[in-house]
Amino acid sequence: MSHSAFTLVRPDARPTTSPTLAPEPSTEPGKRPLLTMTGISKSFPGVRALNGVTLDLYSGEVTALIGENGAGKSTLVKILTGIYQPDEGEIVIEGRPTLLPGAQAATEAGIAAIHQETVLFDELTVAENIYIGHQPRTRLGLIDWAIMNRNAARVLDELEARIDPTMRLKDLGIAQRHLVAIGRALSVHSRIVIMDEPTAALSHKEVEELYHVVERLKAGDRAILFISHKFEEVFRLADRYTVFRDGSVVGAGEMADVKSADLVRMMVGRSVDQVFPKTDVAIGPTVMQVRGFSHPTEFADISFDLHRGEILGIYGLVGAGRSEFAQALFGITRPSAGTVTIEGKPVTIRRPSDAIGAGLVYVPEERGRHGAVLPMSIAANIGMASLGRTSKAGFLDLARECQLARTYAERLELRASALNQPVGTLSGGNQQKVVIGKWLATEPRIIVLDEPTKGIDIGSKAAVHAFMSELAGAGLSVVMISSELPEVLGMADRILVMREGRMAGILARTNATPEKLVNLATGNETGAAA
Amino acid sequence: MIGFLLKRREPQIFAAILVLIALISTRFPGFAAPANLAEVFNDTAILIVLALGQMAVILTRCIDLSVAANLALSGMIVALLNAAHPDLPLAVLILVALVSGLLLGAINGLLVWKVGIPSIVVTLGTLAVYRGVIFLLAGGAWVNAHQMSAVFLNMPRSVILGLPVLAWTGVLIVALGVLVIRYTGFGRALYAVGGNPVAAVYAGLDVGRTQFLAFCLSGLLSGLCGYFWVSRYAVAYVDVANGFELDVIAACVIGGVSIGGGIGSVAGTVLGAIFLGVIKNALPVVNISPFWQMAISGSVIIIAVVFNARAEKKRGRLILKQARTAS
Repeated sequence: MSHSAFTLVRPDARPTTSPTLAPEPSTEPGKRPLLTMTGISKSFPGVRALNGVTLDLYSGEVTALIGENGAGKSTLVKILTGIYQPDEGEIVIEGRPTLLPGAQAATEAGIAAIHQETVLFDELTVAENIYIGHQPRTRLGLIDWAIMNRNAARVLDELEARIDPTMRLKDLGIAQRHLVAIGRALSVHSRIVIMDEPTAALSHKEVEELYHVVERLKAGDRAILFISHKFEEVFRLADRYTVFRDGSVVGAGEMADVKSADLVRMMVGRSVDQVFPKTDVAIGPTVMQVRGFSHPTEFADISFDLHRGEILGIYGLVGAGRSEFAQALFGITRPSAGTVTIEGKPVTIRRPSDAIGAGLVYVPEERGRHGAVLPMSIAANIGMASLGRTSKAGFLDLARECQLARTYAERLELRASALNQPVGTLSGGNQQKVVIGKWLATEPRIIVLDEPTKGIDIGSKAAVHAFMSELAGAGLSVVMISSELPEVLGMADRILVMREGRMAGILARTNATPEKLVNLATGNETGAAA
Repeated sequence: MIGFLLKRREPQIFAAILVLIALISTRFPGFAAPANLAEVFNDTAILIVLALGQMAVILTRCIDLSVAANLALSGMIVALLNAAHPDLPLAVLILVALVSGLLLGAINGLLVWKVGIPSIVVTLGTLAVYRGVIFLLAGGAWVNAHQMSAVFLNMPRSVILGLPVLAWTGVLIVALGVLVIRYTGFGRALYAVGGNPVAAVYAGLDVGRTQFLAFCLSGLLSGLCGYFWVSRYAVAYVDVANGFELDVIAACVIGGVSIGGGIGSVAGTVLGAIFLGVIKNALPVVNISPFWQMAISGSVIIIAVVFNARAEKKRGRLILKQARTAS
């Protein structure tokens, strides 16, 4: 397996294809990046996801890509793996400008990505997973199992992974699956390996093993792009860093020259005034008390009070257990311990209908996928969670439902030609309005919004924020799960921070700073004193 | 408005039925006579009723392959009861058929809901089991017309206001179907559960329970049809209505019910069943061999599925567009 032949090509190629490296000091004069992205921009309708981004990857080095959710990291990964095409900009690999029109082209260019949730096949063996799509063949064109298993064993050896290639994938743990995914990247002779939050689902010991693998990959002269929220591992593994904020590079350099406080500042250094701030609402009496709420695996010991007219923000990193907590509260999953009291009465929520009955609703994060029934009409969707109230003696009062739908369609300024129009024919933004209308139609006292502005443009964000203020002003209590600091800081009266399934703290808005929140959410010790 | 009509499935099938009848009339003028059309409808009534039950099940992303076996078993039970106790009132027998069908459907539903087995596996199994039970009950023997009481045999045939009771029953069930599907929470839940199970859960609907109830409904209607079938053909044996479940599913598919769940209408399903009924009744009349009939029915199903797939692809594109803007 000596594909060390990909030492840097520095022949008579082109003088420099990577001219404008932002603050990057060209360390060793002779060292040239294996891959350079220059001026990469990418827009989606209403959102500019990447704005003139520059990134260099060097062989034998780990470059950490850091940024808040929605900063554009995933978009960049998708461009590098050929899934998205950039609107502008150039990708140069080994001095050659390269187009990546598809996933296949990216693979051929030596780029492999290992995703958060690795896409593997449970029922196939480890060797089959590693060689899927490029299985070694015998002269008759049949799959050569002997060679495939032998090569797979060799790839796994290189990773020092003690995995039998003939095992079925479903019998492996998460960490081992990661190794198989990495093995797949190696089997196609990738020189550039992208690891997108690879430790998100791993235990402490497994993380150590993964670090070891990253070291092995470095030693194999590969360039590694390591995407992570966790400063600990970034400082442990990375040689260089690039920080994204709002689709632009706000900092890049060598890890040796930077402290974690600097990285936090770069990540969050955004003015908070772009969000629509919460209008002042008199905070009323306690509406809901949650005490010692726990789940067997996802979160433990969550306790807080929620007041009338209050917006409680729940901040944390992806995987901190925020959505899982909300779903258990709403009765989708069963908690293992804890009590919930709504308006002084203890409530037992075993299923979502109990929660809705108690005046608590949950608007899920993926409102398109989890919220709307696309073939059904607008009226039927809005009335879907209120069937009990729109029925008389077991029969639906369609006129009443239609009236309900009209009320909320008007209130949310829904753009549609008729209420019997299938929701699938509406635009994404209007579909979201239908979903929110469905929940408001239940006349809840408490509304839990999971990432209410994820993936929507600035203008719509302001509308959503204004709307949340209006809800609070109308006497509702709002729980807002959000990964966006400006949103949390601008909208929430109090902020509950979760880290790895536990409460890391509750801060009043007046008391909260971006640094405090990030430090609580990441468990960054340097900031704990701040 | 015209564009709307063209996009809807129901007017399309209705037009196809009219074209079909017109074509047949060119070779057999009597076919389009009202009396004959009434006869065709009467002949299709059982298919219509079963297809409505099946539609409820398919809407929830399940399938009921055991309808014909349920029909045969329920039919055998009432036939045996009638043969053994000719004095039992017909109302009791029909009640027995309904209860038997309901219970057999509930077994399917419970296995899907509580045990979590895919419905295609459950009903493939119960299909065989129910047929086996018929053999055990009757010892493999037939129950023939001479063993059945006159009331038992004559009820479906008695004509009221120009139509036999069987046809009227079909009309009644269609009306009830519209009522349940359009005007009850259960009917609404069928669409929500099949259209987007996750959204249904979040809206407080119980997916498993809705599927269970759909199977109960399908079973109940199968039981009812069990009596009608045995009485109409005046015989009960193990292989009654063998393979009829495929016609039932075909009627749904032709009628625009999406196998993927969440899409379908009572009108479409009824028209789908009538379309099949017209073909089945017409082909022998115009001297086409039964084997051609099967081939033609089969082709119609595939054409219908292609239509459905095209309609759903448009929907799919919308979802994709939305997913891209969301990322």
